[in-house]
Order: sequence, then C-alpha cells, then structure tokens
Amino acid sequence: MAALAKVESVTLKYGTKVVLQNCTLDVAEGAITCLIGLSGAGKSTILRLLNGLRQPDAGRVLVRGVDLATLRPRDLIEFRRKIGFAFQFAALFDSLTVGENIALPLREHTKMTKKEIDRAVVESLDAVGLSNVRDRMPAELSGGMLKRAGFARAVVTNPDLVLYDEPTTGLDPIITHVLTDTIKRLRKQLNGTAVVISHDLASIFEMADYVAMLFEGAIIAYGTVPEIKRSPNPIVQQFLQGSEVGPIPL
Amino acid sequence: MKVFDDVGRGTLGFFEYAGGIANLTAETGSSLGRLRIRVGETLSQAYVLGVQSTAIVLLTSLFTGMVISLESANQAKSYGVSDLVGGAVAYVSSRELGPMLTGVVVAGRAGAAIAAELGSMVVTEQIEALEALGLSPVQMLVIPRLLGLVLILPLLIIFADIIAIIGGMYLAKSAAGISYESYIHSARVFSSFDDYVKGMFKGIFFAAIIVLIGCYQGFNVRGGAAGVGKATTGAVVTAIILIFIANFVLSFIMFGASGG
Repeated sequence: MAALAKVESVTLKYGTKVVLQNCTLDVAEGAITCLIGLSGAGKSTILRLLNGLRQPDAGRVLVRGVDLATLRPRDLIEFRRKIGFAFQFAALFDSLTVGENIALPLREHTKMTKKEIDRAVVESLDAVGLSNVRDRMPAELSGGMLKRAGFARAVVTNPDLVLYDEPTTGLDPIITHVLTDTIKRLRKQLNGTAVVISHDLASIFEMADYVAMLFEGAIIAYGTVPEIKRSPNPIVQQFLQGSEVGPIPL
Repeated sequence: MKVFDDVGRGTLGFFEYAGGIANLTAETGSSLGRLRIRVGETLSQAYVLGVQSTAIVLLTSLFTGMVISLESANQAKSYGVSDLVGGAVAYVSSRELGPMLTGVVVAGRAGAAIAAELGSMVVTEQIEALEALGLSPVQMLVIPRLLGLVLILPLLIIFADIIAIIGGMYLAKSAAGISYESYIHSARVFSSFDDYVKGMFKGIFFAAIIVLIGCYQGFNVRGGAAGVGKATTGAVVTAIILIFIANFVLSFIMFGASGG
C-alpha cells in the first residue's frame, strides 16, 4: 500500500534529551496505523511531527510528498487543515459549547453558510454518537463524551489523515470499545488514513491494519497485527506480554 | 564558577525573553496588517479586560486624587497659594498618575487574567489544538485582547483623571476650605486638553505592554499548574516594570525634558 505520510530518518531532541533517533515510519494510505511503545518513547512526538506542530532536528517528514519543513508558517497552517488531530484530553476550547468547538474550523476556513455549518456539526456529532450535546459546555461532559467530541472536531473538515493521541487512555472497557468502533467507522466514512497511539493492546489489535513499535527513539518493528504478534524481537514480545522480565529496562 | 554560570544563564534568559517578546510583537503586527479582525471577540475582551476593571481603577484614582489634594492643600494654604491646588491635582493626574496608575491596576488584573487563561490553555493542549486546526493563536487570542484593551484603556484613563480631580476637589474643600470654583478654575488653567489626550495616548502603549507580556508569559507556560502561577506573577511584575519605563520615555518625548 502507498504511503500517505513518511517519517524519514528523523532525529529530534528536547533540550539534551534525544526523543527520536534516526526514526523512520511509513503511514499507509487508507489504513489505520497504530503506534505502540513505552510511555515517554516519543509516540506523541511522531503525531506532532506528522502535522508540523514539531519540526525535526534532522531528517524529513513528508505528507503527500510535501516536506513539512519546507513550508512557510502560513502554508503550514493551511496544510494542517487536511490533517485532523484528536488530542489525548480532547483539548476542546472551554469557553465554547461543543457545537461551537466543532464548527470553529468550518467557520474559520470555509465559506459555508451558517445552515451548512450547523448541518455539518450535527452530522459530525451523529457520527460519534453524541447527537444531544451540541449546546453543552465541555466541562459538562464525561471523559468518554469529551473524547468523542474531540473526534467530531477532528473529522468535521473531512481530513485525509486523522491523528489520535491515546484515545482510550483512562476509560472503562465499554467506552474503550465504543471509541475503537468509532475510529474504525470514521476511517471508513472518510475513506481516509488514521494514526492511533494507544497502550490498549486489545483495542489496537481490533482496529489496526498496521502496528509500529517505537523503542528508544526508533521504530523497531512494523507489520500487520499477526506479524507483530509473531515478531521474533524479544523487546516486542516483552511489551506485548507486559512482562517485567526481558531486555526492556524498567 | 557558579557566579559566572548564573550571570551567563541570566543574560541568556533576558535575551531569550526579549527576543520572544519581539517575535510575538512582530507576528502580532503582521497579523494586524491582514485586517482579519474578530469584532465580537474584540468587544468581548474589551468588556472582560477593560470594563470589568473600571471599579478598581476608579477607586484607586479617587483615593490618589484625594491624597494629592490633601498633601498639597495644606501646604498651599500655608503659603497662601491655595488657588493652585486644583491645578496641581489636574496637572499630575492628567499627565502622569492617571495613565500610570490605570496601567498598573489593569496590568494587575487583566495581565494576570490573560497569562493565567492562556497558560491554562497551553497546559490543556488547547493552544496546540488551535494550531492543529490550522488556526493562528496570535490571530485568535492575541489580536482580540490587544485591540480590546487598546480600545478601552484610554477611556479608563480619562475616567481615572476625572474621578481623581473630583476626589481632590472634595478633599480640598473639606480639609482646607478651598472653594469648588477656585479649584475648578485652577484645574482649567494649569492643565490643557492636550495633557488629557497625551495621557490617553500613553494608554495605547500600556495596553500593548499588558497584552503582549501577558500573552507571551501564557504561551510559554511549562510545568502544569505551578507554571501557570509563575507565568501569572511574571506577567504582572514585568508589565508593571515596563509600564514605569514606558511612562518615563513617553513623558520625556511628549512633554519634553523641561516638562512641556
């Protein structure tokens, strides 16, 4: 499958801490790619590289063949409109209602009429199973509802690529299942591509077309779910089994 | 050598801060040039940052005007120049104390509010969310606050001047028996319309200082709730210092070295 986005030999440091070291990853077009790895391994950083919120110290990040580092700040802002981002804690603007949050990118970037925007907001909320919260404030929603509202805002512009940062973290198994289903359904509806970071292996195995494991700043394993499960790499196996014994330093 | 380390770090920190403010100012200027002004949000910020500061500004100015009058009235009376009291209060209020105290009070209230709000938005990833949605935080957050306060601070200054003069007038009469007519006549003779306009003009600079420092501190919050607290304190302290410096520079330029 062709790659919609590529992370090519990227190195990135925060101060003196090396987060990514010669990291390479292809994001297959039309598929859900899940990123797994230890906490603090740099998974969220890869998402932020993919929509240009971070720039690599070395290497390139290409989306649809465009090197994000070559874009001027204003062009990068334009470019980001094709990439949806669902944040770990939803990051809804707390001074706006849920409906206004979802309408914001449409209001700012399109010439749609108020009626059309309202319809798009309703459709987007319906797609994530939240048809009755449009006029509520984010503070009035539960954790799972917030995340789904975040999904609705991320996909309302019909982006080519949607990035999900730990969509199921801290939620009960039922809501986790609902969110996993929602991600799969949204990918189908948009006919797009998704990259998901998660620690929930059951959820990953249910939704992923491809899985990539990040360890010490680099992708050490990549493949379909069965391929990853059968990986001979002892680090991957220790991680999948959640074992304390193995090559991963605790 | 720890001392040299500290001096070096402090110097680097200063230039980093100054560079950051300069960058934000340039980006704000460039965004303003595009003339995409969010009128509703600007008016809302004018209300929240400015109108809601009115009571505290008026209260401060009232007592400042009264204390200047109290100090000068008794002295003036003993030298037989009580007809100068109104002029003294009006002159000092319109040129210096009105603009500066208003700036300082608004820096304490609005500057802190801006830094805390934007800092919380950083901590909860709302600023990143704006960028991820292809929206500029400067355009969405800085410009409405800047225009809102630039619009309202000069008006607050003129209210502050008026209330200081009225407070001074009441005290001049009750403490030193100076008549209202004499006080008002003196105020009109010694302060000109030009003084009030220049005082309001200072407000535009003070508003820019308060908003840009508050936004910069807010955008650069690190370390969760503790970081928000530090940014808030930093925004108020830095803005107040810069207001004092800007007030001196502006007075020097507008009124001249001789005092106009």
